[in-house]
Amino acid sequence: MQSTESQFENIRDDFPILKRTVRDNKPLVYLDNASTTQKPNQVIDSITDYYRNHNANIHRAVYALAEESTEAYEASRDKIANFVNIENRQEIIFVRGTTEAINLIAYAWGRPHIDEGDIVVTTEYEHHSNIVPWQLVTQDKRAKLEYIGMDDNGELILDDLDKYLATGKVKLVTFSLMSNVLGTITNAEKIIEKCKAAGVLTLIDGAQAVPHMKVDIEKLGCDFFAFSGHKMLGPTGIGVLWVRKSVLQTMSPFHGGGDMIREVHKYETTWNDLPYKFEAGTPNIADVIGLGSAIDYLSKIGMENIRKHEIELTKYAIEKLSAVKGLHIYGTKDISKRGGVISFNFADVHPHDVAQIIDEEGIAVRSGHHCAQVLMERLDVAATSRASFYIYNTKHDIDILVNSLNTVAKVFKL
Amino acid sequence: MSSNADIYHEMIVDYSRNPVNYGEIENHDVTFHDSNPLCGDSIDIDMKIDDNHVSDIKFHGKGCAICMACSSVLTEITKGKSIDEARAIEKNDVLGELGLEHLQAVRIKCALLSLKVLKSALYTYMGNHLKDNEDLDKLKEEAANLY
Repeated sequence: MQSTESQFENIRDDFPILKRTVRDNKPLVYLDNASTTQKPNQVIDSITDYYRNHNANIHRAVYALAEESTEAYEASRDKIANFVNIENRQEIIFVRGTTEAINLIAYAWGRPHIDEGDIVVTTEYEHHSNIVPWQLVTQDKRAKLEYIGMDDNGELILDDLDKYLATGKVKLVTFSLMSNVLGTITNAEKIIEKCKAAGVLTLIDGAQAVPHMKVDIEKLGCDFFAFSGHKMLGPTGIGVLWVRKSVLQTMSPFHGGGDMIREVHKYETTWNDLPYKFEAGTPNIADVIGLGSAIDYLSKIGMENIRKHEIELTKYAIEKLSAVKGLHIYGTKDISKRGGVISFNFADVHPHDVAQIIDEEGIAVRSGHHCAQVLMERLDVAATSRASFYIYNTKHDIDILVNSLNTVAKVFKL
Repeated sequence: MSSNADIYHEMIVDYSRNPVNYGEIENHDVTFHDSNPLCGDSIDIDMKIDDNHVSDIKFHGKGCAICMACSSVLTEITKGKSIDEARAIEKNDVLGELGLEHLQAVRIKCALLSLKVLKSALYTYMGNHLKDNEDLDKLKEEAANLY
């Protein structure tokens, strides 16, 4: 196997978009990977190859194209099972993304199982997609939504969880495996251990974690797990929901329609086998295949190597950014507890102004509330700037970012 | 304008650092709040109305330099105007003062949030105090479709 370093040197060649320039002929420095990642030729080619050579609907017709298409679609399901260690492929449901996955759970599991007075527990550093669906279902059912708080280091206060579990009313604890704003890696093992002891189900939002580290769902022992393809080199509009079979069997369908049925009569219908009961209508076939290619690409590099590469970059970035006068980094500085996501504020300059000025240097960072307004409230800020890394980022990218902050300082006379 | 960063000229930075008419009016006759859901900018405008004129206006809230500078300029333009004159303020009256006529689409909401709040405050006042509903719908529509 190649050494880690030489492996990462050539990666940029696979990403056509990284060769383009932006604004005033500046090379693109893409640092918004927590939002979405760029796509390698291997993923782009697999999607065009599907449309050029194999396009047909799946699971229905008997002709050659339909067989190829179905095979490629189902092969992606197996790749996913292998990638995040899922023993039973029937537990893998294709969805549009993490947001749809969580809404599916809230609707198809939450509505039949959550009653008046019950509690759903989430955390203060969740993305809106792991808050709003639970607000909808708990308000509808006159149940309660409670939050595990966060300490000043950006870590969850697990004593809060004990307090809620002690009520005996908790039906579900739902949390992100990695914060999309602070990069904090959640102590999932501890949370799941506590919940299991209390007989409470757990849902993990893996959107930020799965692209960046080895995730083993069987080992984690949660009951629901969701992630998105586009944050891990795959196309937009495709994501994965995993649900433990014993739980999946207690869920009502999400969407009714084709492919999710066994028999339809005028006034009653019986459901298709798992997972097809939850995949109504013609699915996003091309992008499922594209996601399969992204998994092939990541697997070839190795998730451990990717994590190592990002630890290097994050360490370097924290060191360089900490040296910028007036710059404040949020979250823990303990690299073993955080991924490659760095949120910061620069003196009293609003993050939108920071983002716009450094955009002139070709740098793409996110500014705003990052769909985490509950967390912004907790941090008592309106917004932050966020740089987030992936396999194709280099220390040079971070140098350009740090240098560009001098321009911001000059404009705002810091 | 050659570069988008050129919008951060002296005037914008100064206004954002030292906003004009920033604060609250205790005995306001009307107040209105609005925010931009995407970026989280949030502005309140308080106004004192005497004899159908805006005798005092202040704003407060959180926002980027563009948002703060435009809010400052807007309150300067509005102060002393009659309600009818204030209603007639257009987006280029604000953008023009700061040389932001060609602001890129993603930032226009930052620049015009305060104007939206002003128009909303005016129709709220007209609805509550003047009982003059004649043009209310038109003004409401104007505020809603500003950007």
